Amino acid sequence: MIDEIQKRLLAEVADLHEVPEGAYNLRANSKLAGRSTTANIDIITKEDVSGIDIKIKDGTKNESVHIPVVLSDSGLKETVYNDFYIGENCDVIIVAGCGIHNCGNQDSEHDGVHRFYVGKNSKVRYVEKHYGEGDGTGKRILNPVTEVYMQENSSMEMEMVQIKGVDSTIRTTKAELDAGAKLIVRERLMTHGNQTAESIYETNLNGEGSSADVVSRSVAKDSSYQKFDSRITGNAACTGHTECDAIIMDNAKILAVPQLEANDIDAALVHEAAIGKIAGEQIIKLMTLGLTKEQAEEQIINGFLK
Amino acid sequence: MLELKNISFEVSDEKGTKEIIKDLNLKIDDGKFVVITGPNGSGKSTTAKIIAGIEQPVSGSIYLDGKDITNKTITERANAGISFAFQQPVRFKGITVLDLLKLASKKQLTPAEAGKYLEMVGLRAKDYIRREVNSSLSGGELKRIEIATVLARETKLSIFDEPEAGIDLWSFQNLIQVFKHMRETTKGSILIISHQERILEIADEIILLSDGTVVKQGTKEEILPELLKKANEKTALNKPA
Repeated sequence: MIDEIQKRLLAEVADLHEVPEGAYNLRANSKLAGRSTTANIDIITKEDVSGIDIKIKDGTKNESVHIPVVLSDSGLKETVYNDFYIGENCDVIIVAGCGIHNCGNQDSEHDGVHRFYVGKNSKVRYVEKHYGEGDGTGKRILNPVTEVYMQENSSMEMEMVQIKGVDSTIRTTKAELDAGAKLIVRERLMTHGNQTAESIYETNLNGEGSSADVVSRSVAKDSSYQKFDSRITGNAACTGHTECDAIIMDNAKILAVPQLEANDIDAALVHEAAIGKIAGEQIIKLMTLGLTKEQAEEQIINGFLK
Repeated sequence: MLELKNISFEVSDEKGTKEIIKDLNLKIDDGKFVVITGPNGSGKSTTAKIIAGIEQPVSGSIYLDGKDITNKTITERANAGISFAFQQPVRFKGITVLDLLKLASKKQLTPAEAGKYLEMVGLRAKDYIRREVNSSLSGGELKRIEIATVLARETKLSIFDEPEAGIDLWSFQNLIQVFKHMRETTKGSILIISHQERILEIADEIILLSDGTVVKQGTKEEILPELLKKANEKTALNKPA
């Protein structure tokens, strides 16, 4: 059974207010809290380690899989391995995400290892949201590892969001792209207090005509720390772009490390990084519309992270 | 009515302090279309910013409808009914034109309702309403969106700081129509900082600033002919023999 706290966490991380349509696997406090499969999407519990295999048949279109995780008991630590086998010619949405409620004094930690095997010509939209809450002294820790293996002409759009309440996170994402494959990553991140967040992206463009666009927008408040480390390697005729755009506030610190490596004369790679405080003129403009300074800052941040 | 009494404003740098506005006095009556003009560096834009609260005078007082607003913040002045269109419009990542118009109007405008303000400044609403107010828009487009935010506020005093700056001729023609329309429909006052003869021509009153102070204030008929005469003489003097 899902309690009220867990329901709230599910709403935060997966926009779930009721049982989702299609396939799903709900995990609460390290236990299975609900599962549904469809004719095209099967979910199987792993036997050797904690986690599940999600198998999506060839040609599956307009279907979704929700696999959110919620932790509400203080002191829980778990590592979960979820493997997604997406057949050829699919068009699916996968919604993951983890919410931690920690009211105790022990750290709670969820480390999810997700591996995606995307078949030829398949199209995947992946949404992963992380959220933390609770007034305990125990930390809320999330260390997701995502590996993506993309076959010819497949495409994957990844939305990675962490806006609130996670004390420490190291997000590691690796992608291998075959010919014609296309990867788009949009990361949105906000840290506050003494939180730390490290994002590591390693993208290998191995096939001719493959492309990647890895963009992070982040806001660091208070004394928080962020590191964005994105490396694109072009091993064929390909195009790659990585960008970090960050707003720094208060006593926060941000390190951006975009890296490019071209191993083919026809690899076209670009990186951009910008870190700066909110422009005073932006605040003044919104104040001339009747907003207070605080309201103006909130609007600017909300827009930036939208 | 807006009234500025004995306003002075200074700027300081490593070389010392310089008085930009000197004991300036002016009045803008309700429902009037007033243009402040004058040479570069005469203090026009600074005066506009002082009225909006963006700059603070070192002395003097500002009254709006008889109430002293000298120590009021930008926000308080905005909520008291003063709008300000920037000479250089501000860009925002992630904030759309619709978002900005909603903030300006303080209403949950539908795209259709917001779109009417864009149509007023000559922009096709469906082409712009969902776009971010960022560098993907040209200077002229940003300028017109900036003006639309002031129109959406529908306040008692709308200030436009050099609306013609940075826009092309076509946009300028459209801008004149916007101000003509505003003049006919708005219940509030309009204050424009401008050098442009065509904007001066549609004013009720013209205020001429020079070296940080008002040298003349009067109706268009009183001020404009003399201004144009002086401008023509200057042009003639500058022509090669």
